[in-house]
Amino acid sequence: MRARRWRLIGFLALLLGGVAFAFGFPAFASLHATIQLTNALALALFALSLALVWGFGGILCFGQAAFFGLGAYAYAIAAINFGDTTFAWPTAILVPAAFAAALGYFMFYGRLSDVYLGVVTLTVTLILFQLFNSTAGPEYRIGDARLGGFNGIPSTPPLNVPFDGRAYLSPESIFVIAVLVLLAALFGCLWLLRTRFGRVLVSIRENPLRAELLGYDVRVHKLAAFTIGGGMAGLAGLLFAQNVLVNPALFSLLYTAQVIIWVIVGGLGTLVGPILGSIGLQYVMAWLGTLGWINPNLALGVILVAFVLFVPRGLWPLLVKVVTHGRRLVRGNGTS
Amino acid sequence: MTVAPILEIRKLTKRFGGVTAVDGVDFTLADGELRCLIGPNGAGKSTFFNCLSGQLAPTSGAVHLDGHDISGWPSHAIARLGVGIKTQVPSVFDGLEVRENVWLAARRRYNAREAKERCDELLTRLNIQSLAAHMVGELAHGQRQLVEIGMVIASDPRLILLDEPAAGMSRDEVARLAALISEIARERSLIVVDHDMRFIRMIAETVTVFHQGRVLIEGEVDKVLADAMVKDVYLGKQVV
Amino acid sequence: MLEVRDLKANYGQIPILDGISMTIAEGNTVGVLGHNGMGKTTLLKTIMGLVRATAGHVRYLGQDITDKPVHERNQMGIGYVPQGRAIFPSLSVRDNLRMGCAVAPVEEKAALEQALATFPRLAPLYDRLGGTLSGGEQQLLALARCLCGMPKLILLDEPTEGVQPSIIEELIEIMRNLKQSRALTVILVEQNLDFIAALSNEVHVIQKGRLVRQVEPAHLSDPAMVDEFIGTFV
Repeated sequence: MRARRWRLIGFLALLLGGVAFAFGFPAFASLHATIQLTNALALALFALSLALVWGFGGILCFGQAAFFGLGAYAYAIAAINFGDTTFAWPTAILVPAAFAAALGYFMFYGRLSDVYLGVVTLTVTLILFQLFNSTAGPEYRIGDARLGGFNGIPSTPPLNVPFDGRAYLSPESIFVIAVLVLLAALFGCLWLLRTRFGRVLVSIRENPLRAELLGYDVRVHKLAAFTIGGGMAGLAGLLFAQNVLVNPALFSLLYTAQVIIWVIVGGLGTLVGPILGSIGLQYVMAWLGTLGWINPNLALGVILVAFVLFVPRGLWPLLVKVVTHGRRLVRGNGTS
Repeated sequence: MTVAPILEIRKLTKRFGGVTAVDGVDFTLADGELRCLIGPNGAGKSTFFNCLSGQLAPTSGAVHLDGHDISGWPSHAIARLGVGIKTQVPSVFDGLEVRENVWLAARRRYNAREAKERCDELLTRLNIQSLAAHMVGELAHGQRQLVEIGMVIASDPRLILLDEPAAGMSRDEVARLAALISEIARERSLIVVDHDMRFIRMIAETVTVFHQGRVLIEGEVDKVLADAMVKDVYLGKQVV
Repeated sequence: MLEVRDLKANYGQIPILDGISMTIAEGNTVGVLGHNGMGKTTLLKTIMGLVRATAGHVRYLGQDITDKPVHERNQMGIGYVPQGRAIFPSLSVRDNLRMGCAVAPVEEKAALEQALATFPRLAPLYDRLGGTLSGGEQQLLALARCLCGMPKLILLDEPTEGVQPSIIEELIEIMRNLKQSRALTVILVEQNLDFIAALSNEVHVIQKGRLVRQVEPAHLSDPAMVDEFIGTFV
């Protein structure tokens, strides 16, 4: 019972803290910092999508960037064609989710083993990278949106007030939306994992054979998790695209590798960990970039190796351990 | 047997490359019957089980469960028809608590509240309530066996297959297990594979002996265990 | 040969071994009996170095090996056959045995020949993959593989589990011969009373991480004696 109370307190604190942060941060920070953090939050949502698919679904997806990039392109193309971003929202979620469902159908119903799953997802991402790279000519257009090959779609429209394509939202409002979307996604995942579906998903990660012998269809559950993760990554792509731009680099190895590292460093098998890992590492990378004498990507590799060796379970489990241990010390040893 | 069969198997064969593990087996189990399956290592007992549970697709032959021909069905569909199986090497959710393991098994069939009640009831019945909050991966081998048996019966299957349930259990744990199985057998059909003859004697009425992928002999437990052929290929000089 | 003093070990936060002491002379077999969850497997794992001892000592051939890594203990002649066999499923029987020869002080060929002579049942299975063997055959393979390394002390965790009765009899013969021909020292964790009685020089009962009493092996084959002396422990 006490555990339940603590969990409730944790949820409330997270919710209130998140909302307060959403409205408070832009008031104190510079416009530049606000826009930067919006960007980081988009990528944190991207990390959260992989945290769900990999950490709880047990699906080692090396190609999560495929859905991120598709979401970004889908948003940009829809927003340009509609002249309004309202319907670009569902488009940016549904297109990558449908793509994930189709890809997942072949992988899970074809009973691909984990290693091949990783190879296939990675390959698909790189194919998309090549595909969008080769759309430079003016003939490659969807409606009013030119795909633009290597350069992508440089002037993606920012979010606007629903149903009013000319009323662009301010960066501060967009920041609030980004925080709320991330919180909603986080709570959505937490809720999902407490449902029967979520618990079965975790049991499949633990032992697919046993889950199957209990009468659960492993394929359907994995496919559903993969599709949800694809939709979330697409939503992250939307937030990123409206803030920055859209180009084939979204499908590149850089993004697909980075998100895996964020999840590992933050803590595989947790949800909050990858969010923190993502934001934290983005800031570390940005800071290292300003130093000039060290290659940030190299440093990221070193950080990954260090974590795998010394903190294999990741940042968040470490923090939890330190806090509970500290609390026990304060209360006097061994009370709980 | 006048009772209608729950399981009817005709000419079941399973080959792995050049090895024929199960070779044209005919097998009938009456509804409510408890059958023990014994036989030398490598006789094809586990392969036979895996063909029934859908983990392996038979090379040929038919498996009729309750009137459905289930040969070639996926495992989860067979499980949904009401077949529960305990595999030889315990197959459990090591990273989850005991309670969660059994709950997940019950939840497939029952709603959340019923599943919780069923789970509590089973943990008590198996005498592992004190382990409810332990990770299954931390438990000793025999305790994991018990958890797995709990998971198998949690969804109230009509046919239960137990592959070496007594392995790794101490003498009085075996006796307790035998009592539990006899109790389960009053309401359900069971097939039990084990090598512990003391255990087989405690639970069995009819026994089928497998040898080299075929049924060597089938009948009452006393007759079968006294059979010269069975002693020769399986029991050895041991008095049972 | 082996001396264990006040050995303690935990699994996570949970204490499993609570001060175990035992000595084993060369060529002897010591049986360990007990319920599930009492620490039998952990005792073997701690002696092998797979579980870290939190207190106490393990001395082997006069040397303190409490903090030595597993592979060094293996090279010093301690073999371990875990419960559940742990053979290599995608390697052939032959290659499984060859893996066991890695630390053997003799030629691989000689070690393999000896293994097949000891376990004639494995000969017809020589080229099959380990994973395609039945449970009992895998158990024999695991034991044979361990013996390929020519260990002086072996730790056996429930070797009769999943093995048919007549092969259990063979196994008793094989182990008796090995004791004589190689002066093999054995720690045997086992639930099969006949097996443990047939092989052990002394039998200990473990309860909640302690050795609570010693039993005459001869008493184990008499059901009345079992009920009287150790009924509550096994």
